[in-house]
Amino acid sequence: MSDPYILFQNVSKSFGPLTVIKDLDLAIDKGEFVSLLGPSGSGKTTILMMLAGFENPTSGAVIVGGQHVERLPPHKRNMGVVFQSYALFPHMTVAENVAFPLNMRGIAKADSAARVQRALDMVQLGAYKERKPSQLSGGQQQRVALARALVFEPAVVLMDEPLGALDKQLREQMQLDIRELHKRLGLTIVFVTHDQSEALTMSDRIAVFNHGKIEQIGRPSEIYERPGTRFVAEFIGETNLVEGVIGTVAKDRTTIALKHGGKLVVETRPGLVEGAPASVSIRPERIHFDHTAERENDFPGTVLDRVYHGDHVRVVLDTPDHRFIIKSDHRMGVLDEGDKVSASFTPNACWVVG
Amino acid sequence: MFKASRIIFGLLVVVFLMAPLLVILPLGFTDSIFLNYPMPGFSLRWFRELFTADSWRRAIINSLIVGTGTTILATVLGTLAALGLRDRLLPFSGFFKTAFLLPMVVPAVVLGVGMQLLFVRLGVAYTYPGVIIAHTVLAIPFVVVNVSAALDGIDRRVERAAASLGAPPATVFWKVTLPLAIPGVLSGAVFAFATSLDEVVLTLFVAGPNQRTLARQMFSTIRENISPAIASAAFLFIVGTIILALFTLYVRAKAQKSARRG
Repeated sequence: MSDPYILFQNVSKSFGPLTVIKDLDLAIDKGEFVSLLGPSGSGKTTILMMLAGFENPTSGAVIVGGQHVERLPPHKRNMGVVFQSYALFPHMTVAENVAFPLNMRGIAKADSAARVQRALDMVQLGAYKERKPSQLSGGQQQRVALARALVFEPAVVLMDEPLGALDKQLREQMQLDIRELHKRLGLTIVFVTHDQSEALTMSDRIAVFNHGKIEQIGRPSEIYERPGTRFVAEFIGETNLVEGVIGTVAKDRTTIALKHGGKLVVETRPGLVEGAPASVSIRPERIHFDHTAERENDFPGTVLDRVYHGDHVRVVLDTPDHRFIIKSDHRMGVLDEGDKVSASFTPNACWVVG
Repeated sequence: MFKASRIIFGLLVVVFLMAPLLVILPLGFTDSIFLNYPMPGFSLRWFRELFTADSWRRAIINSLIVGTGTTILATVLGTLAALGLRDRLLPFSGFFKTAFLLPMVVPAVVLGVGMQLLFVRLGVAYTYPGVIIAHTVLAIPFVVVNVSAALDGIDRRVERAAASLGAPPATVFWKVTLPLAIPGVLSGAVFAFATSLDEVVLTLFVAGPNQRTLARQMFSTIRENISPAIASAAFLFIVGTIILALFTLYVRAKAQKSARRG
C-alpha cells in the first residue's frame, strides 16, 4: 500500500472564536473519488478551500504529493476547482475560458488550441468555442467549467457542489459524465456535496461530516448499510431507528429488548455488550408485509398512511414498539389506511449503530 | 382626476428644471451684443468669439488641461481606493469609506479656503498641478462610488477560479477583476471630468489668472460685461454634458448586458 496522495494531519480551522474543523485526519489515494458529505456548516467546504489554498489551516499539516502545502498560494497548487456557481469568466469566450490555465502556464498557442479543442470535445461542447458563457445553459456552463478545470491536467480536481444549481435530470446526466471522466482519466477527485444520493452513486469513498468532524468514512455500501453513528444512519437515506437494550448475545443471534416489550433479533457482531443501550437501523426497503420463517422479526400494527411513489409505495405502520416507515413493492400496494398488517424483516436487515 | 394632477405636476417639475436652459441656450445664437430677448437675428458670431478671443480660447484649453489631469488622477486614485476598501480588511474601513465621500458634503467654500492656505505653503497655489489636485479631491468620491459598485457586482469565486487555474494575484487583477470593473471605472472617469468642468468655487480660490477655466471665465464675464458669449459657452457645456451622459448610459447598458450574461 503506497502513501496516500492527499493527507490532512490533525488539521484545525477557526474563524475567530468559531472552530469549523477540529483535529481532522483524512487520507486520500491517488486516483480516488472521495466525496465530502454533510449538512451545510459541517465544515466540508472549508476542507476543500484549504486544499485549494483559499483558506489556511489554523493548525495541523496538509500534505499533497509528499509536499507540505499549508501556506502555498492557490495559483501554485496545480489543482482544478469547479464551483457551484460555475465561476466562468463572463468577459471571455468559451475557448478563452478553457485556454486561461494554459496561458498561465505559458503553453504555446498551437498546442494550447489543440488542447482546448480536445477538452471541449470531451464535454461535448466543441461547437461552442466562440460563444460567451451567458449564451449557454447552466449545464453547458458547468461543462465548460469542468473542461477548464481539467485541460491543464491538474494533480487533483476539487468540486464544490458542482451540480447543485442544475435540475434533477441534468444533474443525473452530469453525475454519470463526471464519473466516466474520473475513470477514463484516472483523476483524483475531491467532491463536496450535501446530496447523499449523489455521494452514494459517484464516490469510491464517502466521508460524512458533522460539526467539523468526520463521523464515518468508507465505501458507499458500508456507509449506507453499516452506518457507524446515529447521525450517519439518519443523514444517509431514510431509516428506522429503533431504541432498545441489548439482551442475550448468542453465537450468531443477538436479541434487543425494546421499551414496550417487543424484541428484535439481529445478527451478532463483535462489540455487542449485554445490557448496553443500542440504536438499531432498519432501512425501509428491507421491510416486508408477507411474513416468512426466515424473517425472524415480526411487528404487527396498523397502517397510518400510504403514499404512492410510482416505483414503490411508502407506508407508515404504527406498532406498539415503533412507528415503521416501509418502502414496499407497489404490487403490495393494496393496503389502505387502518389495515392491520405486520412488518417483517430478517436479522440481516438490522444494523446496530455505534 | 388624481392621475391628471399627477401629470400636470410632473410637467411643472420638468418645466422648472428645463426653463433656465431653454431661455439661455438660444441666446448663444444671437447677433446682438446684449444678452437679452428679443433676439434681433441669428448668428454664430459669439461662437466665433469663443474660439478666437484670447481669454475664451485660453479658458477652453485650460478646462481641457485641468479636466484631463483631474480625470486621470481621480480615476487612478479613486479606483485604488475602491479596491483597498473592497475587502474591509483595513481597520476602520467604514470610517475610510465615509472619509472618501466627505468632499461631496463639505461646502466647497470651506475646502477652498483650506486648500488655498495649504497650497500657498506648498508652493502649488496658482499652478496647474494645484488646480488639478483641488478638482481631484472633489472628483474622487464619484470614482470611489462608481468603482465600488462595479466591484461589488463581481463574483469572488470568479477571481478564486482564476487563482486556482494558475494566475498569480496581479494577473487575476489585470485579466479578471479590472476587465469586469471597467464599466464602473469609465463612468467614474466621466463623472470626474464633468465635476472638473463645471467646478467654480475651488477654482476661484486656488487658480491664478493663468489657470482660468471655462466655468471660471463664464463666472467673471457675467459680472463684468454680460456678453452673449456666455450663452454660447453654456451651449457648448450642455452639448458636452449630453455627450458624456450618453456615453455613460452606453457603458452602463453594456455592463448590464454582460452582467445579465454572467
